[in-house]
Amino acid sequence: MAGKSHATPVDLPTIGKSATGIHGLDEVTGGGLPEGRPTLLCGSAGCGKTLFGMTFLYNGAADYNEPGVFLAFEEHPEDLIKNVGSLRYDIGKLIAEKKLAIDHVEIERSKISESGEYDLEGLFIRLGFAIDSIGAKRVVIDTIETLFSGLENEQLLRAELRRLFEWLKSKRVTAIITGERGDGTLTRYGLEEYVADCVILLDNRVHDQLSTRRLRIVKYRGSAHGTNEYPFIIDEKGITVMPITSSGLAHAAPTERMPTGIADLDDMLEGKGYFKGSSILLSGMAGSGKSTVAAHFADATCAAGHRCIYFAMEESPQQIVRNMRSVGINLQKWVDRKLLRFSARRPSLFGLETHLATMYRDVTEFDPTAVVIDPMSALTGAGMTGDVHSMVLRLVDFLKGRGVTALFTNLGIAAGENAATEIQVSSLMDVWLLLYNREGNGEHNRQLYLLKSRGMAHSNQVREFIMSSEGIKLREAYVGPEGVVTGSARLAQEAKDKAAALVREQAMERSSRELERKRREIAAQIEILQAQLASEDAEASLLTREGAARKDQLAADRVAMGESRRAGRPGKRPRPPMTRAATGQEPK
Amino acid sequence: MTETNGYNLRLYVAGQTPKSIAAIANLKKICEQHLPGRYEIEIIDLMKDPALAVRHQIVAIPTLIRQLPEPLKRIIGDLSNTEKVLVGLDIRPT
Repeated sequence: MAGKSHATPVDLPTIGKSATGIHGLDEVTGGGLPEGRPTLLCGSAGCGKTLFGMTFLYNGAADYNEPGVFLAFEEHPEDLIKNVGSLRYDIGKLIAEKKLAIDHVEIERSKISESGEYDLEGLFIRLGFAIDSIGAKRVVIDTIETLFSGLENEQLLRAELRRLFEWLKSKRVTAIITGERGDGTLTRYGLEEYVADCVILLDNRVHDQLSTRRLRIVKYRGSAHGTNEYPFIIDEKGITVMPITSSGLAHAAPTERMPTGIADLDDMLEGKGYFKGSSILLSGMAGSGKSTVAAHFADATCAAGHRCIYFAMEESPQQIVRNMRSVGINLQKWVDRKLLRFSARRPSLFGLETHLATMYRDVTEFDPTAVVIDPMSALTGAGMTGDVHSMVLRLVDFLKGRGVTALFTNLGIAAGENAATEIQVSSLMDVWLLLYNREGNGEHNRQLYLLKSRGMAHSNQVREFIMSSEGIKLREAYVGPEGVVTGSARLAQEAKDKAAALVREQAMERSSRELERKRREIAAQIEILQAQLASEDAEASLLTREGAARKDQLAADRVAMGESRRAGRPGKRPRPPMTRAATGQEPK
Repeated sequence: MTETNGYNLRLYVAGQTPKSIAAIANLKKICEQHLPGRYEIEIIDLMKDPALAVRHQIVAIPTLIRQLPEPLKRIIGDLSNTEKVLVGLDIRPT
């Protein structure tokens, strides 16, 4: 076969790959389609075969400098150009630049009669001519099976197809041959028999009125490839294949933290917030403030200068922006600064996997640090419960792999139809925040509780959750005789506590006043005593001085007496007593 | 160039393949037999001018196209089945 003829120059141990430039497909195939070989692309009508082919050629011509030939059996070139014009593929320009050629092959059985033997050399000549005229490296043949309905001699046709594929190989072009899905076979006419190198199956299944496109690589000779079904989307941005199903558990575990946007909640998480790249589940009943917590997180992320995508499933972006103004968060300014992107889609718009693929596309495109999915539970409407689990698993893996912190809100707390999902999903989550609505005393109050937070010493406290125009505040919940009290019960408790405190304070003041008074009393007494003491002292010193004066007087008297004795009768002692008091009185 | 009821036939071949040679011979034989003096044959070798294959929508080789009289008719094959050629060219045996 022709394979032998070109086997010699290929000295690489692995086969070359030709990048398709289609988001995700190159990851799944490990680089693209087998270079220089034909690939069979099969699928039922309307699953995007032609668009795949055209995208392959367009990207090749525009991005990889590989011109391409489109051999169309079904559509006219004008129609083809128009059809992909909606994807902003400017085919006309590429044709003018000789980077792309379209040849339309028209075969109608009613206009052709057969007489004797023939071959399809005309087709080879046309294709060869087109390839040579622009130096094409890529070829798309869409859909060659049309020949089966255009020509009678099937046996001959099969022989010619075999020859065509070998010829394509010898031409060293990377080719896509599309084929219609048959009943129980990959293609209606068994093309897989001839194209054996790579077979890709496209599928568009409808479940619950929602269609989901899926891609599967049936075989890829000489290359490892993902074997699962990968969802893909076709929209105005082209084709995106969601390349992951469930990647390994090998993602890095960053120690960086992301603030939650709520200071009190940060405090509950060691004062720092969530781990970067972690997945956070936020469960709560309707009206428990899930979106508000989510918006705080988005706000904090943007305020730190990081990008964030808010996947809104239930509200329009305008409505979210308006509502968050009421709690003092201005999300619009982040949108204006291109830090925040809203991606709002009704869950029922398409199936789960399509949602997944869209999210994948948005995340790879915008490269955010954090995403918010609000609410995840809305997606149960887009698929069966089990599917939601597998989708969330894939999403979590994908986001973790990129180190994106993800906040999922979920309606309902382990009750009702979401219970199963939530229980399954919660095990994937690193942080689980519960928001309760507690009803009592004719009002309902919000409570927040950190059920788990992997890898940190988080608070175990139930906190009362208060939303105001300044945002969310978390209050220490009061534990009363009937359990935790919140709302006006807490206010009452607080008032009671305040009154008690006041009474205590007054009592204290009173006793301290009393003390002061006593102290002053004692001080006064001390003063009196000191005055007494002073007067006593004065008396004492007076007596001392009096004593001294008398001593002097006596001495003087004695001298005077002696003198008088010498004059009168010597040797007689003076008589002291009578004059003592009198002389004592007048020393001055 | 031809009379009103004349046949203008174009035979597309790709080089000198046995099928091509057979087709040319078969066509000449049929025309001589059934359309003596009323036909004109143009043989186009697509190997020499491949662009014509695109312009004239040629897939199979050999392909015979009846240009005139209108409408356009196509017969593919080496024209070995004379019956089918006559039906395909809408020639009633005289």
